[in-house]
Amino acid sequence: MISAIFQYEFLQNAFLAGMIIGVIAPLLGVFIVVRRLSLIADALSHVTLAGIAASLLLSKNSALFVGVNPIYMGMAFSVAGSLFIEKLRTVYKHYQELAIPIILSGGIGLGVIFISLADGFNTDLFSYLFGSVSAVTRLDLWTILLISIGVIIVIILLYKELFLLSFDEEYAKATGIAVKSLHFVFIIMVALVIAASMRIVGILLVSSLMTLPVAASIRISRGFKQTIFLSMLFGEISVLGGLTLSYYLNLAPGGTIVMLAVLILIVTMVSKKLSSQFGGVRV
Amino acid sequence: MNINESVVQISSLSYRYDKENVLEDINLTIPRGAFLGLVGPNGSGKSTLLKLVLGLLQPQKGDIKLFGIEAENFKEKHKIGFVSQKANSFNTGFPATVFEVVASGLTKKLGMFRFLQKQEQIKVRKAVQSVGMEAFLERNIGDLSGGQQQRIFIARALVSDPALLILDEPTVGVDAKNVYSFYEMLENLNKEQGITLVLVTHDIGTITDKVSHVACLNKHLHFHGETSEFEKLNLAEMSDIYGHDVHVLNHDHHHHHNHTGGN
Ligand SMILES: Nc1ncnc2c1ncn2[C@@H]1O[C@H](COP(=O)(O)OP(=O)(O)O)[C@@H](O)[C@H]1O
Ligand SMILES: [Mg+2]
Repeated sequence: MISAIFQYEFLQNAFLAGMIIGVIAPLLGVFIVVRRLSLIADALSHVTLAGIAASLLLSKNSALFVGVNPIYMGMAFSVAGSLFIEKLRTVYKHYQELAIPIILSGGIGLGVIFISLADGFNTDLFSYLFGSVSAVTRLDLWTILLISIGVIIVIILLYKELFLLSFDEEYAKATGIAVKSLHFVFIIMVALVIAASMRIVGILLVSSLMTLPVAASIRISRGFKQTIFLSMLFGEISVLGGLTLSYYLNLAPGGTIVMLAVLILIVTMVSKKLSSQFGGVRV
Repeated sequence: MNINESVVQISSLSYRYDKENVLEDINLTIPRGAFLGLVGPNGSGKSTLLKLVLGLLQPQKGDIKLFGIEAENFKEKHKIGFVSQKANSFNTGFPATVFEVVASGLTKKLGMFRFLQKQEQIKVRKAVQSVGMEAFLERNIGDLSGGQQQRIFIARALVSDPALLILDEPTVGVDAKNVYSFYEMLENLNKEQGITLVLVTHDIGTITDKVSHVACLNKHLHFHGETSEFEKLNLAEMSDIYGHDVHVLNHDHHHHHNHTGGN
C-alpha cells in the first residue's frame, strides 16, 4: 500500500485529499450539528449534484466546457443553493425547516433533468455519487487544499463569534454581533466544503462525514473544543481507514468511509452506556 | 459620566408586532443603582419592552436612551448584561463547558480576531465565583440543574462588567427552595457591586422585599415608583392595575384575548 502510494499519483491525490477532508468536514460539522442544521448539508450536496450534472451536460454540448472541472460548477450551485436557503428561511419565518426540503428536492429534480439530458448515467457520474479513489486529480487536490486553508483560517479567527452564534443566537444579536453576516460566511463555507468533499465520499454521503463523527464525539466529550477535536479525530480515522479498505477490497470509498464512521458511533454509544452502567457516576 | 444620570430612559414608546399595539405610550426612567421589579401578567409586553431596550426590536414610536445615548447609537453593548426568558429553554445537549459559556459573554467586548488571554480567563473565573458556581467550571452546561444553569447565564452576563443587568423571568425552572437564595444573590449584586438591575416577573408577591422600585406593565405602564409607594396601594388599586384591561375593557373581546393569552 505504502509503496503503491508512492507509485501512483492518483493514490497520493486521494489520500491527501482524504486526509484534508477527514478534518475539515467534521470541523464544520460540529457547528452544523449543534445549530441543528444537519439537513442543510444534505440539501446542499444534492444541489451540488445538479451543478455537476449541468457541467457534464455542458461539456458534452459545448466546446467551451470541455475539460472544465465539474467541481467548480458544483461549487457555484452549492453556494447559490445556500443563499437560496437563507432567503427561504426569512420568507418562511415560522417554518424555517421548510427551506431544506425545498432546496433538496429542487436540487434532485434539476440534477435528474440534467442527467437525462446528458444521456443518463455513466461512470463519471457514478464516481460523483459514491466517491472514487481514482477520480481525484491534482487540480481537485489543490482546490480542496485552498478551500480548507481558507475555512480553517476563518474558523480560528471567528471562533468566539461562531461559538456564540451557535450557542445562543439571540444573545449574540443583543451584544451587537453581526449575526447575519456571520451566518452568511458560515453557510458559504459549508457550501464550498461540501462541493470539495464529494470527490472522495460522493454526493450522497457527504453530509454523513459532517454529522456522524460529531454525533459520536458529542456523546462522550466535555466542552466544545474537545467535541471539535474528537470529531476531527473520528473523521480522520474513518476517511483514512475507509480509503485503505476500499483500495484493498475494491469497494466504493464513500460507503466504506461512512460505515467506519457508523462503527465508531456505535462503539462510543456502547462504551458510554457501559461506563454509565458500571462506572456509576456521570462524567 | 454623570452619576445621577438615568441608566434607561424610555419616552412615549409604542410598539406593535402586527396590527395592534403591544406597548402603548410607555414612559419609564430607571435611575442608576435601582433594583427594578417589572411585573405584569403573561402577554403584557414585558419581554417585548426588554427586547426594545436591548435593540433586538426597533420601536415604531417614541425613543429609548441608554446611559444618556440614543439606543440606536449606543455602541457599548457590553455595559448591558442580559439573561433571556429563553435562557432556560436552550439546547441542553449543547457540548459546552461552564467556562466556555461564560467566556462567550466576552465575545463582543474582546472584539473580532482576538483570543482569550490570561486576564480574561481570570475574569471568567471571577464571574463564575460571584454566582457561587466555581466548582462547576469544567462541567458541561447541560449536566447542571435549571437553577444552576440560570446562575451560569447570569455569570455570562456579568463577565463583561455590565452597569445594567436585565433578567427576564429568571426563576422559571428554578425549584422553589433555591428561588430565595437566587434573589439574595441578585440583591448582593445590586447592593455590593452597584449594578442596576431590572428583574421581570409575573409574580409580584415574592419580590417586594428585595426590589427598590416596581413597574407594573400591561400594555400601558400602570404604576411606576418606589416599592414603599407600591406597598401602600390597596388591594382594589392593585387588582385594577394588574387586571386593568381584563376588567375594564372586557366588552372588547378581541382586545381582552390578546392580553391574557400567549407569553
Ligand atoms: N414575535 C412576536 N410576534 C408577534 N406577536 C408577539 C411576538 N412576541 C410576542 N408577541 C405578542 O406580544 C404580546 C406581549 O408579549 P410578551 O412581550 O412576550 O409578553 P410577556 O413577556 O409580558 O409575557 C403578547 O400578546 C404576545 O402574543
Ligand atoms: Mg415574557
